[in-house]
Amino acid sequence: MKRLVSDTLIIAERNLVRLPRAPELLLAFTVQPIMFVLLFRYVFGGAISTPGYSYVDFLIPGIIVQNIAFGGFVTAIGLNEDVHKGLVDRFRSLPMARAAVLAGRTLADIVTNALSVAILLVTGVIIGFEFHTSALEAIAGIALLLAFGYAFSWFFAFVGLLVSSPESANSVGFIVVFPLTFVSSAFVPVKSMPSVLRAFADVNPFTIIVDAMRHLWLGAPAHNSVWGALVWVLVLIGVFAPLAVARYRRAAGQ
Amino acid sequence: MGVRAADDTVSALGHSAAQAEADAITVRGLFKSYGSVQALAGVDLDVARGSVLGLLGPNGAGKTTLVRVLTTLLAPDAGTAHVLGCDVVHDAARLREQIGLAGQYAAIDENLTGLENLTMVGRLYGAPRKVARARANELLERFELLDAAGRPAKTYSGGMRRRLDLAAALVAKPPVLFLDEPTTGLDPRSRLGLWRVIEGLVAEGTTALLTTQYLDEADRLASTIAVIDHGRVIARGTSDELKDRVGGERLEVRLDAGADPQRAVDALMPMSDEAPAVEGTLVRVSVRERSGSIVEAVHRLSEAGVGVDDLAMRRPTLDDVFLALTGHAAEEDAPEPQSAT
Repeated sequence: MKRLVSDTLIIAERNLVRLPRAPELLLAFTVQPIMFVLLFRYVFGGAISTPGYSYVDFLIPGIIVQNIAFGGFVTAIGLNEDVHKGLVDRFRSLPMARAAVLAGRTLADIVTNALSVAILLVTGVIIGFEFHTSALEAIAGIALLLAFGYAFSWFFAFVGLLVSSPESANSVGFIVVFPLTFVSSAFVPVKSMPSVLRAFADVNPFTIIVDAMRHLWLGAPAHNSVWGALVWVLVLIGVFAPLAVARYRRAAGQ
Repeated sequence: MGVRAADDTVSALGHSAAQAEADAITVRGLFKSYGSVQALAGVDLDVARGSVLGLLGPNGAGKTTLVRVLTTLLAPDAGTAHVLGCDVVHDAARLREQIGLAGQYAAIDENLTGLENLTMVGRLYGAPRKVARARANELLERFELLDAAGRPAKTYSGGMRRRLDLAAALVAKPPVLFLDEPTTGLDPRSRLGLWRVIEGLVAEGTTALLTTQYLDEADRLASTIAVIDHGRVIARGTSDELKDRVGGERLEVRLDAGADPQRAVDALMPMSDEAPAVEGTLVRVSVRERSGSIVEAVHRLSEAGVGVDDLAMRRPTLDDVFLALTGHAAEEDAPEPQSAT
């Protein structure tokens, strides 16, 4: 157990140290989300009606959740590259804790997600976003976001080990994340959707987590969404962490 | 150890306890399939402590699969394999503490510097950061990477990456080393450099299992060679023993442009048990004895009035061995299942 903790920290450190040296990754964490916020706020914002809230207040919790989901791509692609370049073989031939490579990767993701959240919140505040709740609730919201990001990292870790190339990790991510985040309450009120989409959006975990964020940051009615979001976090970790670790044990380079 | 096929059951079963003690690696009846492709079809192998076994075979012969099983990356379907007494399946964790693996492709993190790569590996072997760092610097110096120690590995040349990869395999000073085609794709100079490093390690007592498609590499580095094809060890012995197996010395005669090869063949026939082979103006004949053959050949050819441009004795190469044993050349590519490479 002690070994698992220290090995996990070593791998997390590795993933963070290399980050500034891969400029394309850094762009994905910084410029890209800012661009999305500005596009949504100023291109779509005027056309979408969000009763009770200004669009920027409505948008920020949604887009931060989406951004965290997209952040998982980096995990999937990075792990897939590790497998292909033989690094996973090296790690697996070392007397290190078996779960540490994945645990370290997902742990490093919490740090990069926190960075993304900070950048987006600052951008949001500059263009007019305001918390409508207490500091404690706002912080609870950030904690929930990071917990969700952590859970989603395990899903992407599994995807990264499952697919055959970094490119397909990328496409699988897009195919999963785009519909899930768009057919949710992230960008528009669910009420405005056709009934079939709405039925899907109502049970979509992204709707639940975005609603929970709006409760914690804007004081929107909770409707059990915070508990629902926590359950989703546990379910995602409970399902995908064991799947990813099992897959890792069999992963073969090239 | 004499020349024998390693699937010779008598010698495999007759392996004494004392010998097992002396062997760093023992493999018995190892099988592994990927779907319908049988990568290992009953491999038996022993590698004595402190020796280098060269595992020689074409692509797809099962070399990499065998290395993956021995380094606990892959579970065998049947059979047993031990490294320093640790079973690859049941004592995998203990086994990993005693081995180093350098792969076909350089398994390093390109975004980390040379120093960071080696320090990370040292810490993952359980060394404290300071100790791991000191060891990393020691290895960087030994592998002439000290100047590049602070640069991300993606800026390294192919040869530097291989050296870093090999250094990573040596971080914990493992008594047993697995080198899977360590010089594939390297330029001749880097290759020579890597050979010297490997020779140095062996001189210090490291046991190594080296896979290669290059016959000269096996010839130079390995004390014993096992030839593997279609998942089976088809021959083993020292390089000389294997060469003896395909017959004695070759006499190669390059004739003058106008000379009649048939007359040369007739003249040389009495020196050999087999008919001389003719290829253009080149006549090859395997002779019974080395001593005196050149003089005798020159004498016979000049008596027959055949003009000779060049004449040389040649020991059979491992290429000849491979061709004789498998019916195909060593560097001919056979398809290999994706997951086995």
